[in-house]
Amino acid sequence: MDSPAIVRHISLADFRNYEHLEVSLEPGISSFVGRNGQGKTNLIEAVVYLSTLGSHRVASDAPLVRRGTERALIRADVVRDDRSLQVEVEITAGKANRARINKSPVPRTREILGIVRTVVFAPEDLALVKGDPAERRRFLDDLLVQRHPRLAGTRADYDRLLKQRNALLKSAGAARRTNPQDVTRTLEVWDDQIASLGAEITVSRRELADLLRPRAASAYAELIDSGDTIDFDYETSVPHLATTDIVAAREGLLAAMAERRRDELDRGVTLVGPHRDDLLLTLGPAPVKGYASHGESWSAALSLRLACYDLLTEEAAPPVLVLDDVFAELDASRRAHLAGRVAQAPQVLITAAVAEDVPALLEGARFDVMDGTVERCG
Amino acid sequence: MYDGVVADLIDELGRLPGIGPKSAQRIAFYLLQSDPADVRRLAEVLVTVKDKVRFCAICGHVTDEETCRICRDPRRDSTALCVVEESKDVIAVEKTGEYRGRYHVLGGAISPIDGIGPDDLRIRELLQRLTDGEVTEIIVATDPNLEGEATATYLARLLAPMGLTVTRLASGLPVGGDLEYADEVTLGRAFAGRRRLDA
Repeated sequence: MDSPAIVRHISLADFRNYEHLEVSLEPGISSFVGRNGQGKTNLIEAVVYLSTLGSHRVASDAPLVRRGTERALIRADVVRDDRSLQVEVEITAGKANRARINKSPVPRTREILGIVRTVVFAPEDLALVKGDPAERRRFLDDLLVQRHPRLAGTRADYDRLLKQRNALLKSAGAARRTNPQDVTRTLEVWDDQIASLGAEITVSRRELADLLRPRAASAYAELIDSGDTIDFDYETSVPHLATTDIVAAREGLLAAMAERRRDELDRGVTLVGPHRDDLLLTLGPAPVKGYASHGESWSAALSLRLACYDLLTEEAAPPVLVLDDVFAELDASRRAHLAGRVAQAPQVLITAAVAEDVPALLEGARFDVMDGTVERCG
Repeated sequence: MYDGVVADLIDELGRLPGIGPKSAQRIAFYLLQSDPADVRRLAEVLVTVKDKVRFCAICGHVTDEETCRICRDPRRDSTALCVVEESKDVIAVEKTGEYRGRYHVLGGAISPIDGIGPDDLRIRELLQRLTDGEVTEIIVATDPNLEGEATATYLARLLAPMGLTVTRLASGLPVGGDLEYADEVTLGRAFAGRRRLDA
């Protein structure tokens, strides 16, 4: 196991409600306490952004830039093995972001991925279990990108290809009666590229699901005494798609596209590929979604996050743990268990509305957050 | 804010690619302080360029005559044809001095989002040029991005039955660069396209 990277200092400019902020952090636990709407979550969201190049709360960058300004800046000093590294990202809504490492610009923002790694627990996690498949795809992709930054490029290219192919399907739907051969020929050009990238994403996600499965199962067993175990399957949009290797998956996706061509032209959207896959969670014999109780759903969500933490820790080093307003949502036993699991982590960032929400075991440095200011108070 | 015609000038300059509001303002004031004769000459060139410049009837490259300089040049190798997206790509390849064949300018790349399909590019003209059988090699030099690759694949499939040699420009490492600074995709392609070292 490598040494963990510790975030020692955060600077924000025009990020969310912060006009300007400097906060120094120490290893171990830091709690940010303040009433709602004061900026606790905004602060840790900035740290999360450095690890995934996305927010854990919103899909677009626009809300991250303080109203009335053009760009936001997140800068962090990260220390690992006594060596200090400064990473910085400048977010311009609607435009390409820019990143710097030790003040030198890097050609692609995604080169800062992997320097700060995080696992976030948040009230929104319940959506992992109860929400749309998109939530679970994002859960897998965020973790993939932290482990293999290269896949951030694959994901971005796949999204663009998908837009191109869908635009073509929409316009081709009308043209196919007059010139069916031409439509097929043009579609095949995009099929090739999209199947290659789609296969890479599918296989990577399936491998990741396999790595998480045993870790989530043991985390779940610790959280709950009942006999049911949590399990999941990476479910592809193409039934029985070979996901053992990229070449086989690519062939499978191409065959499925050929088979569903008529449907795709009718509906004007791409119907096969990783953008329609899901992670199917089960608890004993029943699917979690629709069957599990509120408590079981929370335990399932927590065990998925704990599995991420354990995997990243085993593969490289413990990531920064972010517990965003999560304790107020949990009952006493889950709260105590989670606290026990994370108390020894090298760095934990907690937000809470009132200090009493933070379990006694997680007492550490405390910061008061009020109206865009952050004060150390113990 | 500036009045009337100065504001108009800044607005118009700001529409040009790569010119932001600050640069537009700087150019506008440069023009205001310049010798009237210089400004008049610039204005005349701008008007003439739109009136006179046409696209070569054969390859689609910009020219001010019926056909371009390269298509008219008898010393050019008429068996090789390099297919590019834009006229500026012709200039880029010409600068290398490595290529002695002729060109075909497509006028863009396939991009359904922008409503550009194969019929909107000069592909029909390309097929027309190949009917006499003089061209034996097609070098596809579209941009190495998603749209450029799609266009290259489309052409490769279209031309495959014609018995021509169809090649694609290699992707790889920039000369004079450091290996460690190459991105993974470029480095991966450079690996795939590696060649034997002659001892």
